[in-house]
Amino acid sequence: MTDTLMSVTVLLTMPPLLLGVINKTKAWFGGRTGPPLLQTYFDLLKLLRKSMVLSRTTTWVFRLGPLITLAAVFLAGLLVPQGPFDAPVSFSGDVILFAYLLGLARFFTTSAALDTGSAFEGMGAAREVTFACLTEPTLFFALLVLARISGSLTLTGMLHGPEQGFPAVAAAPLILVAIGLFVVLLTENCRIPVDDPTTHLELTMIHEAMVLDHSGPLFGAILYSASLKLFILGALLLHLIFPLHTGLAWADWALFLAQLLGLAVAVGVVESVRARLPMRHVPYLLLAAMLSCGFGLLLLVR
Amino acid sequence: MSASAALRSFTNGWSIDQASIPLLDQDALAQVILDAVAEGQRVVALFGAQEQDAVALYVVLANDEDNLLCAARTLITGEGFASLTPHCPQVHLFEREIAEQFGLVPEGHPWLKPVRYQPSWTGRDAWGRAPGENIPPGVGDFYRLDGEEVHEVAVGPVHAGIIEPGHFRFQCLGEPVQHLEIALGYQHRGVEQAMLGGPHPRSVHYAETLAGDATVAHTTSYCQVLESLSRCQKTARSQTLRGIALELERLANHVGDLGAMAGDVGFLPTASYCGRIRGDVLNMTALLCGSRFGRGMIRPGGVGFDLDMDRCTALLIQLDAFDEDAHAAINLLWNTPSVMARFEGTGPLSRQAALELGLVGPAARASGLARDVRQDQPCGVFRFAHIPASAVDSGDVFARAYVRWLEIHQSLRFVREQLRAMPSGARQTPLGPLAPDSFVVALNEGWRGEVCHVALTDATGRFRRYKVVDASFRNWSGLAYALRGQQISDFPLCNKSFNLSYCGFDL
Repeated sequence: MTDTLMSVTVLLTMPPLLLGVINKTKAWFGGRTGPPLLQTYFDLLKLLRKSMVLSRTTTWVFRLGPLITLAAVFLAGLLVPQGPFDAPVSFSGDVILFAYLLGLARFFTTSAALDTGSAFEGMGAAREVTFACLTEPTLFFALLVLARISGSLTLTGMLHGPEQGFPAVAAAPLILVAIGLFVVLLTENCRIPVDDPTTHLELTMIHEAMVLDHSGPLFGAILYSASLKLFILGALLLHLIFPLHTGLAWADWALFLAQLLGLAVAVGVVESVRARLPMRHVPYLLLAAMLSCGFGLLLLVR
Repeated sequence: MSASAALRSFTNGWSIDQASIPLLDQDALAQVILDAVAEGQRVVALFGAQEQDAVALYVVLANDEDNLLCAARTLITGEGFASLTPHCPQVHLFEREIAEQFGLVPEGHPWLKPVRYQPSWTGRDAWGRAPGENIPPGVGDFYRLDGEEVHEVAVGPVHAGIIEPGHFRFQCLGEPVQHLEIALGYQHRGVEQAMLGGPHPRSVHYAETLAGDATVAHTTSYCQVLESLSRCQKTARSQTLRGIALELERLANHVGDLGAMAGDVGFLPTASYCGRIRGDVLNMTALLCGSRFGRGMIRPGGVGFDLDMDRCTALLIQLDAFDEDAHAAINLLWNTPSVMARFEGTGPLSRQAALELGLVGPAARASGLARDVRQDQPCGVFRFAHIPASAVDSGDVFARAYVRWLEIHQSLRFVREQLRAMPSGARQTPLGPLAPDSFVVALNEGWRGEVCHVALTDATGRFRRYKVVDASFRNWSGLAYALRGQQISDFPLCNKSFNLSYCGFDL
């Protein structure tokens, strides 16, 4: 019970910090002080206090989009186990719900974008769904591999692995899946090399272009759900990279949080040492990620 | 027999008697221009000037091989003239400008639209608009594609960054851009008109603010116009100081551009460091004259501020630090494969296209055209201290970035050399009265490219026509052309690789 409460609390409060850590890492590489670690929290508070500007050409889809996205992503977050602890919500087949909740979030983000009728937002939505066509199979392959190894159909079971730990034969597929999932994490969270979250240039944006017209609390919801998504995919990935636990609840929580922050630093490092891909090369990266997870599956079923 | 035989030739910054410019009939002038361009000369300026009851068209051609400029003119008494654009694309914008300013229609011009959306100076309107009619910039027909999958993207005039206003209209088929049309004029201030009857005490400030990041280049051209008209003999010291200021301006902007290009591809290290290094160079300019952008440095007859030994030494020390920092930050660009993947092959502009569009500056040199006013039409200190033109021939974003890097080396070497061997002499020489009925062209290689000022004086030695051609006026079409067939997501990067001025175009 304590762990469940803890899971929900961490899920609710931790995500914006990850963005702060990424930005700090990037600032460090750039020789700058950078914004405070807690800047995203400040931004969220500021946005909540602001009023909204709504275009007359938009409909309820525009207003509901960010809220449904937030709800869907939060629900998906409840299905993901954090560290060695069980997920707050878990049932057989929840993995399907997880994938479709993320799909629902995307559907409403892009619908809200198209609702504005703006060329920028349409372009952003087109790019988002194009790349999603490649990241979703990757995610499914990854989940299939995990289901096959663990013999479970709940996310908790799949990610914790069999009782005695992951078998040695699963090492190669798991490494392949981890690579694929890291790319999915970067893509879904509009990080470099796929997207550039800090750019102000509408023509090059993917995710940001879709939310240009949102303001105030609705934009806050978008910002918050984006950080939630980073947290969720990060928590998912950590099971594969660091399946370590001590057995002590407080130590495991500390370890999990440290690992998450470490992952945020890793994302920051990737963003700092390389440039963005040309947009026409992004599908190659995503295909490679998909193939990586696909081969993981092949190795298991051969 | 060379085409230029029919023309009056002179050198950069040398004033001539207006009457000595051959007056040709319209067809002969057109033929002269076509022949000269076929011989490898280029059109530096083509503009109108009101003369009694007719409009005179003046053309200035540059014969870079012989380091000469040539001029000719014709009188237009009717409502229009035959457009040269179909045969000589580099004059397309000049003809649109003449149509806008004087209401003369260049017949046969393939894309006759206003340039800056300003009212005509003569009351005659090329588009038949009523006098006094409000002309909002960027409003009107744009080239467009039709079809199921075609979509149009309009960007600006309000942009996301802190930049100047301009409107970009993309015709896209999916991600690739089929056509880009650029509409400017939002910052038209009427500088050419404000110069009339001058020089006024204000004129030098107008010149300084023609394009704020090319203050030194524009002010130098303006001052050369005055000095040439008054036959003022500047001291070697003031010319050297002008050269130093001009090259510092180039260093600051080139470093800033390379950083901004890194920023556009999301490569943080170079972006962050170049921003700071640019500031360091701006501070060096401030050490010269107290203004980071070189305001007040260039003054008619010389320079506004002298350089003492202490500051000279300080500058040399700062240049050493700059040298080290710039190498560290910028070499990172060339050594990072992900950056090169973005730069190489993006926004290519062929040598032929650059030649036909009459591009100037680093953009032209990146497409393999080794044109550089400092080399081709040298004046001031550049007659004594040569800076070789740096050219690359791939014409893509990489080439435009790399040309800047090569020029940083050259400018750095030049500034160091000049600082170590400063000639003595007065800071400023007083100007005499300006010569009446004269014509002078002053060209300078600003960091963005050729800056051209042309002045015509009346019988009392006042300006009766003042023409400014900024490098941006020539190069915006190059950007539009470079983007054909490119990904729309690469536009910001291509745009930054040209980094053109909006107000330099809008005047």
